[in-house]
Amino acid sequence: TTTGLILFFQSGRPLGAGVRLGMGLRMNRTKGDEEEYWNSSKFKAFTFDDEDDELSQLKESKRAVNSLRDFVDDDDDDDDLERVSWSGEPVGSISWSIKETAGNSGSSHEGREQLKSRNSFSSYAQLPKPTSTYSLSSFFRGRTRPGSFQSLSDALSDTPAKSYAPELGRPKGEYRDYSNDWSPSDTVRRLRKGKVCSLERFRSLQDKLQLLEEAVSMHDGNVITAVLIFLKRTLSKEILFRELEVRQVALRHLIHFLKEIGDQKLLLDLFRFLDRTEELALSHYREHLNIRDPDKRKEFLKTCIGLPFSAEDSAHIQDHYTLLERQIIIEANDRHLESAGQTEIFRKHPRKASILNMPLVTTLFYSCFYHYTEAEGTFSSPINLKKTFKIPDKQYVLTALAARAKLRAWNDVDALFTTKNWLGYTKKRAPIGFHRVVEILHKNNAPVQILQEYVNLVEDVDTKLNLATKFKCHDVVIDTCRDLKDRQQLLAYRSKVDKGSAEEEKIDALLSSSQIRWKN
Amino acid sequence: MAFPHRPDAPELPDFSMLKRLARDQLIYLLEQLPGKKDLFIEADLMSPLDRIANVSILKQHEVDKLYKVENKPALTSVELCFHLPLSLVNADKLAGRTRKYKVIFSPQKFYACEMVLEEEGIYGDVSCDEWAFSLLPLDVDLLSMELPEFFRDYFLEGDQRWINTVAQALHLLSTLYGPFPNCYGIGRCAKMAYELWRNLEEEEDGETKGRRPEIGHIFLLDRDVDFVTALCSQVVYEGLVDDTFRIKCGSVDFGPEVTSSDKSLKVLLNAEDKVFNEIRNEHFSNVFGFLSQKARNLQAQYDRRRGMDIKQMKNFVSQELKGLKQEHRLLSLHIGACESIMKKKTKQDFQELIKTEHALLEGFNIRESTSYIEEHIDRQVSPIESLRLMCLLSITENGDARCSLDTHYGPEHLLTFSNLRRAGLLTEQAPGDTLTAVESKVSKLVTDKAAGKITDAFSSLAKRSNFRAISKKLNLIPRVDGEYDLKVPRDMAYVFSGAYVPLSCRIIEQVLERRSWQGLDEVVRLLNCSDFAFTDMTKEDKASSESLRLILVVFLGGCTFSEISALRFLGREKGYRFIFLTTAVTNSARLMEAMSEVKA
Repeated sequence: TTTGLILFFQSGRPLGAGVRLGMGLRMNRTKGDEEEYWNSSKFKAFTFDDEDDELSQLKESKRAVNSLRDFVDDDDDDDDLERVSWSGEPVGSISWSIKETAGNSGSSHEGREQLKSRNSFSSYAQLPKPTSTYSLSSFFRGRTRPGSFQSLSDALSDTPAKSYAPELGRPKGEYRDYSNDWSPSDTVRRLRKGKVCSLERFRSLQDKLQLLEEAVSMHDGNVITAVLIFLKRTLSKEILFRELEVRQVALRHLIHFLKEIGDQKLLLDLFRFLDRTEELALSHYREHLNIRDPDKRKEFLKTCIGLPFSAEDSAHIQDHYTLLERQIIIEANDRHLESAGQTEIFRKHPRKASILNMPLVTTLFYSCFYHYTEAEGTFSSPINLKKTFKIPDKQYVLTALAARAKLRAWNDVDALFTTKNWLGYTKKRAPIGFHRVVEILHKNNAPVQILQEYVNLVEDVDTKLNLATKFKCHDVVIDTCRDLKDRQQLLAYRSKVDKGSAEEEKIDALLSSSQIRWKN
Repeated sequence: MAFPHRPDAPELPDFSMLKRLARDQLIYLLEQLPGKKDLFIEADLMSPLDRIANVSILKQHEVDKLYKVENKPALTSVELCFHLPLSLVNADKLAGRTRKYKVIFSPQKFYACEMVLEEEGIYGDVSCDEWAFSLLPLDVDLLSMELPEFFRDYFLEGDQRWINTVAQALHLLSTLYGPFPNCYGIGRCAKMAYELWRNLEEEEDGETKGRRPEIGHIFLLDRDVDFVTALCSQVVYEGLVDDTFRIKCGSVDFGPEVTSSDKSLKVLLNAEDKVFNEIRNEHFSNVFGFLSQKARNLQAQYDRRRGMDIKQMKNFVSQELKGLKQEHRLLSLHIGACESIMKKKTKQDFQELIKTEHALLEGFNIRESTSYIEEHIDRQVSPIESLRLMCLLSITENGDARCSLDTHYGPEHLLTFSNLRRAGLLTEQAPGDTLTAVESKVSKLVTDKAAGKITDAFSSLAKRSNFRAISKKLNLIPRVDGEYDLKVPRDMAYVFSGAYVPLSCRIIEQVLERRSWQGLDEVVRLLNCSDFAFTDMTKEDKASSESLRLILVVFLGGCTFSEISALRFLGREKGYRFIFLTTAVTNSARLMEAMSEVKA
């Protein structure tokens, strides 16, 4: 087995950025989950009409290139390209090798297991000081010292870099300084170089502040934080806060440091002291992200209501709480229904994910999908959600349309756009515009008859014609051309319909009709 | 197509030395722990490490097993730092094993990390070290510090921890490639980095003196001087590939949809890829034609083998075939990539999106753009995209354009909003303005005179954007008479289809032309950078005329491929060559993700 172990970290990552990266991933995943629900609401968009030529050009060249493949692929051995393993990683690359050894990564699993019980090991705390650490921080200082570049490869020996080689052979201990009379500015400079340097002698407040000011004027955040760690340890909270209030750069460093090490309590105290109420509220609210249990999360959100958010945010916080409360009820109910297997909709369309912690619109989609016909009184009915959260009409219609179209419930779709006036006449009306309706329907593979119906409702003639052409609603195209008395366009369209089809016949009949006064 | 450099363009310095230095340091660190050892590598360090060393080098230095430390959400930040060492140490103790442990931070260790190790009682069990690897040459003219976290740490949190890293990197460059006779910069961070770097040089005085400068100019620029450019959709090929597939550390994973086979392929994208090198800076609309032409040429070259006699055939196979085959491979890859980009963009309604962006940049049809963005949100396209558009609207229109995004993407987004405002990506709202309906807000913004008074200390970073006025002053929106010919670009605006000259690049152009900030006072004031625009010239007669046409541009907080393309274009026009140093290559999605605060 091995005798040593090395861990590589990107600086700072172990403290903060790891979380952020994790969040990035998380976000993508949530997005993925939502996509499950939202597939239906993404519109099939336009093609770059005028780029068509170029695309076909591209296709053509692709064919040309592919046709050469037979000739080219006869022997792959003397390939200049990087050799790549089955997974696509270049053979011999480090990422590739890790995958290869992934099978026997036992110890890392062990490691993970241990994480949970770390507290029980904290008694190991008393351990000897580091034996021999070497400073690399002085790597490129460029002073040529004897023996200073022994481990650099020979390749470098004849380049100017030679004289900037690191002082590799020197143990850090040599640099350690026990001297007590470094001035604040010397101390700060030594800290910047990564040297061990005791700050204990700065005991008076004045000395401490001078040290801090030196650090700030040097601009190195690492040093500022180092001094702040010392100040935090050796000053009372109130004094520290008071002094930082007038030192904004240092203050920002302390806030970031507290966030990174997760000292939420001190952070909140600090915001309270500074009277930054909104940040205090947001910071408190942020904690809910770490609570996984939905009920606990809900209870926590309850404590956020009434915190001094901006008026706008307050409303969102209230909504957040109400929404989660709803979702918990809906989730429990639906999970039960689904497992009982008695409800048709859940049998036909099993749920892909839990509805917990989904955004409002996703929740609305869910409820339009599974609970469309419910009476307004139930928590899960779409109308109830619409009222409770004051969802605008447009948004509601878009969402309901997407959900019902996905289920191919064309009657519901119809009803969504039908309004009756007081005389009992029905009229079709779409707050989102019928061109959008058509696109959503097409995205959900609505049959041509349905599409046709809605294409016909598009008011703008050009848009109507475009959509009809795009979605092959032949009748609409033909009728529109007739109404426009546009013989040329009708002629052109004739080439796009199938030979011998009913559409072709219809066009021919129109073209030969003497009743129509064509404009061209 | 594929503009050649002017014959008098200067040669680029050789940056491969940086890789060798990094590798030697790595080997040195490995040798610090003699004998067989296992290596745990943090996921984000994998790609950069791959560019420096390979497995056989690690094996030569007795690395036994390699493990990747995943950034799983279950492991929080702090856990990563001390739990892993702690648990490994303790697991070994239980098993009666004694091993040595070393934690290596790259590019530098922080006192905060050591503090955590100390508090948890394993300081001493493990030794800490640094791998001062901060400059990765991704290409002949592109150096990356691979520090994507720089953006959030500095521009959101106001943490200056990376400034020293930047200063060290600049110091390294000046020791290797000579002093920089002309320095310019804009931005608070740029100024601090510059000062710290000068300090470093003074402390180690004398080393760079007497050296001939290889690079005549250095220009430092903060990302927050120009958020707008970074927020735009990219339409030059390399930028589009980055937006679509995400280029990571100079290489991209092309999935089966691109490779037209069942496997993915990791492809290095740099000047060595001959096909890529010719199209990387092109507007996407030119790429098709170019690839078609290339394919035809290739076919013609293959066709030549017909009617060859044995001897000619032998020559053909031994001399040309290999090159042709490689070109063929590359060509089919990039054609596949183009097809895939087209498919994705068509689905996204890209044309409309671009139209809206251009309207925002030019500042008309605001109402229409606003309703487009609203609809974009309603359609649940993607939270990141919607956030991006809102930020663009807010900065270009100088006001808050918050929509009902919470409803759509989960209420946690209100934390993200607060972040965006602090970083100045959403501009400050006038107090008391709590209208959520975008339309009423925007109509108000058009006549908005109430400057929000900045009382909050965090707002010292946030500031009002004066994009419209700056755009006018610097002529960022080219006047178009007739069609803008993207095949023969006439200015840097071609990287945004002729609609907009990237602000960052325009500033650099202007300053280089004047060799100072003279006459740009108004622009600097509008950028809120009056105290942070600087020039520093040393009378350096040793600088050759060639070196004076080499310019190192340092982007603090990231630069986009569009900006790189635009400056490469400028270089070709003026006979300069630009070298790019960035904390990381970025794009709009990365900026938005860095500001997001969503965790479940």
